[in-house]
Amino acid sequence: MDSTTIINDTLNLSDISREVIGIVKTPVITGSKLKRLYKQIRSESIFKKLLVIVAVAMVILVAGILFTLIVESIPSIKALGIKYLWGKTWDPVQDIYGAYPFLLGTLLTSFLAILISVPFSIAIAVFLGEYYPKGWLTEFLKNTVELIAAVPSVIYGFWGLAVLVPLVRSFEIKIGVDAVGVGIFSSALILAIMIIPYAASLGRSVIQMVPSSLKEGAYSLGATRWEVIRHIILPYTKSGLFAGILLSLGRALGETMAVTMVIGNTSIIPKNIFAPGNTMASVIANEFTEADKPVYLSALIELGLVLFLLTVVINMIGRRIIKKFTND
Amino acid sequence: MNFMGKSVIAVFALISLASCSGGGSSENKNDSTATGSSSNNTLIGAGSSFDNPLFSKMFAEYNKATGLKVNYQSVGSGAGISQLTNKTIDFGASDAPMNAKQDSAVSSPVLHIPVTAGAVVISYNLPEVKDTILLTSSVLADIFLGKIKNWNDPKIANINKGVKFPSTAILIAHRSDGSGTSNIFTTYLSKVSEEWNTKVGKGSSVNWPVGLGGKGNEGVAGLIKQTPGAIGYIELAYAVQNNMPYSKVQNKAGNFITPNIASVTAAADVSIPADSKISLTNTDAANGYPIAGFSWVLIYKEQKYNNRSSARAENLLKLLSWMVHDGQQFSGALNYAPLSAEAVSTADAILKSATYDGKTILQ
Repeated sequence: MDSTTIINDTLNLSDISREVIGIVKTPVITGSKLKRLYKQIRSESIFKKLLVIVAVAMVILVAGILFTLIVESIPSIKALGIKYLWGKTWDPVQDIYGAYPFLLGTLLTSFLAILISVPFSIAIAVFLGEYYPKGWLTEFLKNTVELIAAVPSVIYGFWGLAVLVPLVRSFEIKIGVDAVGVGIFSSALILAIMIIPYAASLGRSVIQMVPSSLKEGAYSLGATRWEVIRHIILPYTKSGLFAGILLSLGRALGETMAVTMVIGNTSIIPKNIFAPGNTMASVIANEFTEADKPVYLSALIELGLVLFLLTVVINMIGRRIIKKFTND
Repeated sequence: MNFMGKSVIAVFALISLASCSGGGSSENKNDSTATGSSSNNTLIGAGSSFDNPLFSKMFAEYNKATGLKVNYQSVGSGAGISQLTNKTIDFGASDAPMNAKQDSAVSSPVLHIPVTAGAVVISYNLPEVKDTILLTSSVLADIFLGKIKNWNDPKIANINKGVKFPSTAILIAHRSDGSGTSNIFTTYLSKVSEEWNTKVGKGSSVNWPVGLGGKGNEGVAGLIKQTPGAIGYIELAYAVQNNMPYSKVQNKAGNFITPNIASVTAAADVSIPADSKISLTNTDAANGYPIAGFSWVLIYKEQKYNNRSSARAENLLKLLSWMVHDGQQFSGALNYAPLSAEAVSTADAILKSATYDGKTILQ
């Protein structure tokens, strides 16, 4: 049985089953066919239940993570209170914990990375979605971009430390800032490369979905290719493009390994974007194994909670913006 | 569709990242069947990553000799102590003795058995300087406090007569991950500098006043190698294996000591308290390297817990006794310092104090 007949059968099914319920005996349906129908209905409902279970399991999982983070953060919340969020000192020796330098580091690296990566990812999306949607070059480019997402982050970290950091250092010497190489700027560059495929892939898909009637209409009125992109494609796909950027941002906020290797890991508040700093994810990864005091451990988990909530808030704001785009 | 697949993967990746942060502790708790397991021929240990290369060698040799298997998880000293606290392992291993808070968390007394000693060396990147540089405790503290900012500072020049230093700015590289190496180094600085002690203090993670953090020895070594003018601390074994330059450090007796296996063993040649919880930093020994420390195996004094059999306890104690005696021959080749005679006799006395159901295990 091929897929079309399955679809046909299921489509007929609803009509027939209504008949079965309404009129007990219908001449069209024979015994064996009726049996098969019931079987199909049963498997349909099992499938539906399965979907519901999986969906609910995801919700429980996320709620469970949030719950664990909150419960494990309680000792730290009790000891440090709300000033944890803007405390500027992170001193495990004296049990003083302030998340501000790391909060700042996370936001700076992520948004800087987005700023750097967006022109590239949108350019790739337009090129692959509009200019060359088919052909071997397109396939090659598409796969290469997707490969960027598949490379393990520790490799980006190594590459960053070995290749990018010396380049950034010589750049810093040229512009006359403290030349340490590692820092917020290097991390943002690495992150920018890592997150390109997320926005680029989603962007490409939405650009390909722009109805050709719209584009043809514009062309027939004498629009140039640039005008079609500028006035038809980009406005039509802006919510999709933005969703891709949001996905990239989520990736940048949580990235740990590559950032740890090139950010300089200091809890001193960065003075400029070339200064070393630290991010929340990186602090957790660095200090979790040797957190030898209950409040210390709890403060690290609270850092995880803050990161979780930050991601939720940014996603909510993002959704608002997407909704606004779509309503226009 | 292609993208859908990827976004699903991304979602899973995010979730797994999120769960990673909390994963450590819950995993440990779930392991609770470990010590109650029926096979007495497999012991489970966890802790110090510094000990791991030595332990791997020792346990492989011990397995050849006796058939006993040891499953050692190199998870870090702190995690090893918390697993011991949860009674999910037979022994822990730590580069620092348990602190007051960790002591209050365990249900019964824990024994510290010294098994090896390691040193922390001061490595640097000064391409212009060919001689091995000399450092005193006060200069070292001032450098790491950020008070000495350039290599041509007179304080450095005064102790290195005849060496011409460049005016390069000093860049400090420290560990970003919590580690026993940091603990030994900051304990040393706290002992020799009052200012360090009050401003920063000691611990496996501290609030560094200046400098950059690198993850692991390799992270710090990477920062040092890449940045002219950098200085940082790394494990002796790592520095030797990677041909990094390292300084001589002046000890309490006033001698400038090159860190090596002999000078670390010498550092442990002091009177050791009965519980062996001593920091070897700033040692009194005249030939001892001042930035060194023991690494300990931690076990419960009373071995009868969680339905452990007496055979299991006996296997554990025999293993530890072997590590303290015969096992020491494997240290040198791996750049660990063998225990001093004083340390071995202290370890013996501690091992004999371990009991099973109130009775001594080792005679």
